[in-house]
Amino acid sequence: MTAMKGAQVVIVGGGVTGLSAGWWLARLGAEVLVLEKGIVGWEASGRNGGGASHSFSPLFLEEQRLWPQMDELLGYPTEFQPYRVRIGLTEENMAMFKRQMAIAARQGFKADVLTPDQVRELVPLAGDNVIGGAFYHYGGHANPQRTVQAYAWALQDRGGRILQHCAVTGFLTRGGRVTGVATDRGEFGCDNLVIAAGPQLGQIAAQLGAEVPVAPARAEMIVTEPLPLMKHGGTDGNALYGRQTLRGNLVFGGGPHEWLEEAPPGARAATTPLTRNLAGRLLELFPKAAHVRMIRSWAGIVENTPDGRPILDRLKTYPNAVVATMSSIGFGLSPASGRAIAELVLRGHCDFADLTSCRLDRFANLDPDWRRDRGWIQADAPTSAPAQA
Amino acid sequence: MSAFIDPYSVGGKTPEIAEHAAVLVIGAGDTGMAAAIDAARSGTRTVLIDEHPLDPSLFGLDVPFHFGQRANGSVQNQGRALDQIARSRSRLDEAFEAGVDVRLGVTAWAGFVNGPTAHGLPKPVIALADLNRSWLMSFDKLIVAAGRRDLGFAFPGWELPGVMGAAALHALIHRYHAFAGRRILVLGGGRLGFGTALDARREGFDVAAIVEAAPAFSAPKDMIEAAETAGIALHAASTIARAEGSAAGIGRAHVVALDDALAPIAGSERTIDCDTICLALGAVPNIELLDQLGCKLTYRANQGGHVPLLTPDGKTSLQGVFAIGDCAGIASDEDGPQRLQTWTRAALAVGGLDVAVCQCEEVTRRDLLEVRPPRYLDRDSAGLRARNLQTLLADGPVNQDQIKRLTRAGMGTCQGRRCREQVTALLALAGGIAPEAVPLPSYRAPLRPLPLSVLRDGHEHPGMRSGWDVWFGIDGQFDPYWTIER
Ligand SMILES: Cc1cc2nc3c(=O)[nH]c(=O)nc-3n(C[C@H](O)[C@H](O)[C@H](O)COP(=O)(O)OP(=O)(O)OC[C@H]3O[C@@H](n4cnc5c(N)ncnc54)[C@H](O)[C@@H]3O)c2cc1C
Repeated sequence: MTAMKGAQVVIVGGGVTGLSAGWWLARLGAEVLVLEKGIVGWEASGRNGGGASHSFSPLFLEEQRLWPQMDELLGYPTEFQPYRVRIGLTEENMAMFKRQMAIAARQGFKADVLTPDQVRELVPLAGDNVIGGAFYHYGGHANPQRTVQAYAWALQDRGGRILQHCAVTGFLTRGGRVTGVATDRGEFGCDNLVIAAGPQLGQIAAQLGAEVPVAPARAEMIVTEPLPLMKHGGTDGNALYGRQTLRGNLVFGGGPHEWLEEAPPGARAATTPLTRNLAGRLLELFPKAAHVRMIRSWAGIVENTPDGRPILDRLKTYPNAVVATMSSIGFGLSPASGRAIAELVLRGHCDFADLTSCRLDRFANLDPDWRRDRGWIQADAPTSAPAQA
Repeated sequence: MSAFIDPYSVGGKTPEIAEHAAVLVIGAGDTGMAAAIDAARSGTRTVLIDEHPLDPSLFGLDVPFHFGQRANGSVQNQGRALDQIARSRSRLDEAFEAGVDVRLGVTAWAGFVNGPTAHGLPKPVIALADLNRSWLMSFDKLIVAAGRRDLGFAFPGWELPGVMGAAALHALIHRYHAFAGRRILVLGGGRLGFGTALDARREGFDVAAIVEAAPAFSAPKDMIEAAETAGIALHAASTIARAEGSAAGIGRAHVVALDDALAPIAGSERTIDCDTICLALGAVPNIELLDQLGCKLTYRANQGGHVPLLTPDGKTSLQGVFAIGDCAGIASDEDGPQRLQTWTRAALAVGGLDVAVCQCEEVTRRDLLEVRPPRYLDRDSAGLRARNLQTLLADGPVNQDQIKRLTRAGMGTCQGRRCREQVTALLALAGGIAPEAVPLPSYRAPLRPLPLSVLRDGHEHPGMRSGWDVWFGIDGQFDPYWTIER
């Protein structure tokens, strides 16, 4: 095997976070290499709900500015569709929508409260259980699988390199800097490093002496056969997230997740009988879809930080290394998170957003038992069960 | 002392397990029936389920078999269908006598066991459904005898009513007595093709011809002789160029002769009148449930492709789960993946690049080779034009699930049951690799397209409701960033 070339910036992890960062870095003229242990976007980044309406985030403004341009900027389709219709079945739902609307309004975004009839007009599958709704003139959704490939191709079009089936196993350091990455396919030199390894982030950062607290969990989604297109695909409620795809399928998830002791690399995330609860919830949201057939389901593993907020920061121990986790809501924010990471790498700070709430040192005094305190622990079966022989 | 558990997690929300079987047998074919009778006779409480008679609407969806709209109206009558199915099961009386708890018209649409990413089940379960509801049944021992399904093959016109699979034809003739065709053209000159043709003939249907792309028929000599005696036209070194007909169905097929390089011979085209074209290039072991459960698989070209990895006594890699009969491997010699590879090569030479391989999502061979997105997207950007299978292969080995995500082949209502092996064959040919080097696209629950109203959990754990949040329910996660303490 010929020696493989390192790069100015090496990125660990080919999910949306790593790929978007790589694409932005390549746009800004940096030489980039993304190392992915499997296939790009194979994990959470290709398995999520595709939602992009995160008004609480410091990256919201940039997320909203970028999404409508992404197909153009990347040169490949993402299936981005603007707007979001939210269906209220309870007073609690309505209160939450109003909270979200107020947060967005403060940042200059418009939203309308909808009457039950207006909801039913927009969403023919909705039923008599609707008590109201909301229409956000912002936000939206895209196709995660297509978006991930679009980032990957766009990055390559700008001269960046992606090495799939290449697992990072350790690092080379000298004088307080990371100088290279060790992998199962050899070593790669680097001037800067980005770790965007999703649920594996904690283990990988630990190899650089950094404690990055994340807890992995499994989440599930279901998909129906295609239906006639509703006016807006970004239609959800009843504590589900998801969308109607441009093909017409209803794709929805939500509800109980399962905390895992560790994220087993390489294991296909299992679906469980939760599928049936998701089917029931979807049916409550769209009573007129009772006859509609569910055709597929899947699960994905995401990581959460103790406060559910991103960590986008340089490491104190190795300032030329940036760690990046979006704490389980990274798809929608990816156009902006990638740009923020690129700025952290090249400039040491982010010019367009206030990343104070994303700093790693907020966890400096974290109780080592933080997972147990929050109850974020693997709940084993009531009685023992046969597993893999 | 029990630890505090996040109320928004699945912790403590064990689903209701409605039933338990010491032995659960899935599939009431000959092997499944025999296994169930043996188990019951040895004094074990045994449940035997079979999805036939099917939900009438599944016939139209080509699940589980490729019925090609050739089932007549009688399958809509559940009572009659149940009667037919019961009568076609020769050992059913014996099973009842042995005390087997037989459930017909019940589908196993998933299996759930604890594994590296799921831990919450007290016991391994199979998810079942009938026409009205779904439920969970736990088991000590699971015997999967799910049989085989049809192997698809695309040609211009294969979406017309009347193009169907050999397993579907067999089911309609023998189990349902509901085959609506008269005159059949059989594609595939191996044991399966000849067997299917001779059987149809015995049952009183016309067989127009048997067509085989390979230079010679691989069926046993006695079968070939029997077909000749029966006056069935035999065309080896030939393939179907296209089928024609109307919305009512197939009317005729055009068959061309092939040279040694599997290329069409000019002027050799002949027209064959038929109302049914039966795909009998091979059958596929029905590993859907085994794969979805997480059993380890292996590839055996001479057994129909992907089969469960088994010990000599039929144990899969999952404790307590066994596979027997056709789903464990079909002795197919030349039928199956190898024959499909030959036919696919011929199809490419005959000019079938613009044929929809995936009917549900209308994905053509060209779309696959050019890795094109579906038609509702702009497919002609400069970037997309520069991308194709070869550029994708430069980034890593071919992976069918990746092609599926990009082209949507196999993403439709039949979940690739008509196209997945063909996509494999094409990717293998285009990538210059063996079919076994193409990873199997995974099977997912539900293994049958089932209505939401059937799937929903009618006995939801109360915690599912109280602890249901749209996302993780993390305190403060969605508070605006400017309110966060610095
Ligand atoms: C069911 C579900 C629904 C969701 N819904 C939404 C939604 O609607 N909106 C939203 O914004 N977000 C949603 N999310 C969350 C979102 O998918 C994730 O936050 C996001 O994809 C994270 O991207 P990432 O690139 O940081 O991580 P990942 O996608 O996890 O990528 C990390 C990558 O790193 C690779 N890697 C790990 N270790 C190594 C190593 N040692 N060497 C090389 N590579 C390595 C992995 O293989 C992986 O590809 C959802 C997630 C799930 C599972």
